[in-house]
Amino acid sequence: MSGGGPAGTGGGAEAGTGGGAGREGGGGMPVQPSSSRLVGTLGLLSVVAGVAIVLVHAWAQPRIEAHQREELRLAIEEVLGEPQRYETRWIRDGRLLDSLPAGADSSAASPVYAGFAANGRLVGYAIPGQKAGYQDVVRLIFGYDPDAGKVLGMKVLESKETPGLGAKITSDSAFIHGFDGVEAPIEGVKHPARDAHQVDMITGATISSTTVISIINDRLEAVGPVLSKAGTRTATAAGSPGADAPRTAAAAGPGPRAAGPGQGGGER
Amino acid sequence: MSEKSGGDIFLRGVWEENPVLIQILGLCPTLAVTNTVENAVAMALATAFVLVGSSGLVSLVRRIIPDQVRISAYILIIATFVTVVDLLMAAVAPSASKALGPFVPLIVVNCMILGRAEAFASKNPFFPSILDAAGTSSGFAVALLMMGGVRELLGSGSLLGLHVLPGSWEPWVIMILPPGGFLTLGVILMGLSWWWRRGQKADETARPRRWPHGVREPEERAA
Repeated sequence: MSGGGPAGTGGGAEAGTGGGAGREGGGGMPVQPSSSRLVGTLGLLSVVAGVAIVLVHAWAQPRIEAHQREELRLAIEEVLGEPQRYETRWIRDGRLLDSLPAGADSSAASPVYAGFAANGRLVGYAIPGQKAGYQDVVRLIFGYDPDAGKVLGMKVLESKETPGLGAKITSDSAFIHGFDGVEAPIEGVKHPARDAHQVDMITGATISSTTVISIINDRLEAVGPVLSKAGTRTATAAGSPGADAPRTAAAAGPGPRAAGPGQGGGER
Repeated sequence: MSEKSGGDIFLRGVWEENPVLIQILGLCPTLAVTNTVENAVAMALATAFVLVGSSGLVSLVRRIIPDQVRISAYILIIATFVTVVDLLMAAVAPSASKALGPFVPLIVVNCMILGRAEAFASKNPFFPSILDAAGTSSGFAVALLMMGGVRELLGSGSLLGLHVLPGSWEPWVIMILPPGGFLTLGVILMGLSWWWRRGQKADETARPRRWPHGVREPEERAA
C-alpha cells in the first residue's frame, strides 16, 4: 500500500494500482483541479448518459406503446363483451365525430371506442374515465349501451388503491361483474343490490368503490346524451373511408340490440 | 483488501455486510414493494442491474473523475442506469413495471447503491467492484425475498400467486399494508440479532460482531 493514507478516503484502499493518480496530490492538501476540468468531466458524462438514454428510449418506446395498445384492446374487448372489432371515435363540443379533423387539438376531445358485433351491429361504446381515488387517480374504462342505457362492463386500468382493501376494485370479481348490465345512473349500496340501478360496494373500500361509480356516472352524464343521440346514426351513416357493408345492416335493427351478446344484456 | 479473494468479497455482501439486514440500508423498497414475492423478485433484479452496472462503470472511470465532483458523477451514472432499467422493464415486463410503479425510478435514491460506489467501486479495480456489487445485490435479494415470502404467505395465503395455505386461512390484510412491512422487518432483525448473539456466546474467540453501517471497518482502512 502506498503511504498516502492519513486522509483516509484517498489512497488507502487503492489496490496497489499505482498510487492514486489524480485523486490526491500526495497526502497533504488535495490539488484543486481547474473548474473547466470539473465542468468538462460532468458535461462529458452527461452527454454520454444522454446518448445512452436516447438509444434505450428509441428501442423501448415502440414496445411500451404496443403494450399500452394491447392493454387497451383487451380492456375494450372485456367491457364490451368481445365485440368483433372496434373503432375509435371522438367526442368534441357535444358531438360524436368519426375522426378528428387533421390538426385538431386532441386534448379538447375525448375518445370513445365503438364496438361492433360480427354482423356489423353496434354493441356499445367503451368509454374511458378517471378521477382521484383514495390514494391516487383511478383510471378505468367501461362499456355502455346507449340504447338500453346500460353499462355493459367495467375494468380498472390503473389504480394505486390500498392493497387488500381499495385494490379490490381491480380484483374482486363480484364487484366488477356487479357493473355488467346495471342501468345508469348507478347507485352504490351495501349488500345486496336490489334494483337495476344498484351495485354492491366493497366492504372496507367505500371511497374506492364510490370513485369507480362516480367516474362512470360523471362520464355518462357528460357523454351519455351525445351517444344516445348519435347511437344509431354512427352505426349507419358513418361516411368514413373504412365504412364497410356489414355496418349498414345495423340500420335495420337497433331494437333487438338489448338481446345481443353483451353481458347481461338479454334480461330485463 | 487486495488479499481478499473474490469469493470473500461476494459473500461479505450477501451475509456479513448484508445491505438490509446488517447495514439497514435501502429500506424504502424493502418496506414498500415486498407485499408479494413477485414484486420482491422484480425489485431485486432491477436493483441488481443498476448496482452492478453503476459499480462497474464507477470503477472504470474512478481515475478520470475529480474528487470534487465524484458524488455528482456517481449519481449521474446511477440515474442513467435507473432510467434505462425503468424503460427496459416497461418494454419487456409491463406488468412488473406497473406493479412496482414509482419504486423503480426511486432506485436512484437507494443509498445502498451510492454507498457501494463511494465505499468500494471508487477505490477498487473493475472485477472486485463487480463482485462486490453482485454480492450486495444478492444480499438485497435475500432480504427482499424473506420479506416478500413472509408477507405474501401471511397476507394473501399464497406464494408467487399460488395459494398454498388452505382456504380456511383468513389472510392478515395488515401484512400486505405498510405496517406489515415494518412488523416483518422488525421480527426478522430481532430473530437474526438473537441468533448472532447466541453464536457469539458459544464461541468467545470469534471475531467481534461487526456493524459496519455502510463504512468499512477501521482496521481494514488502516491496513
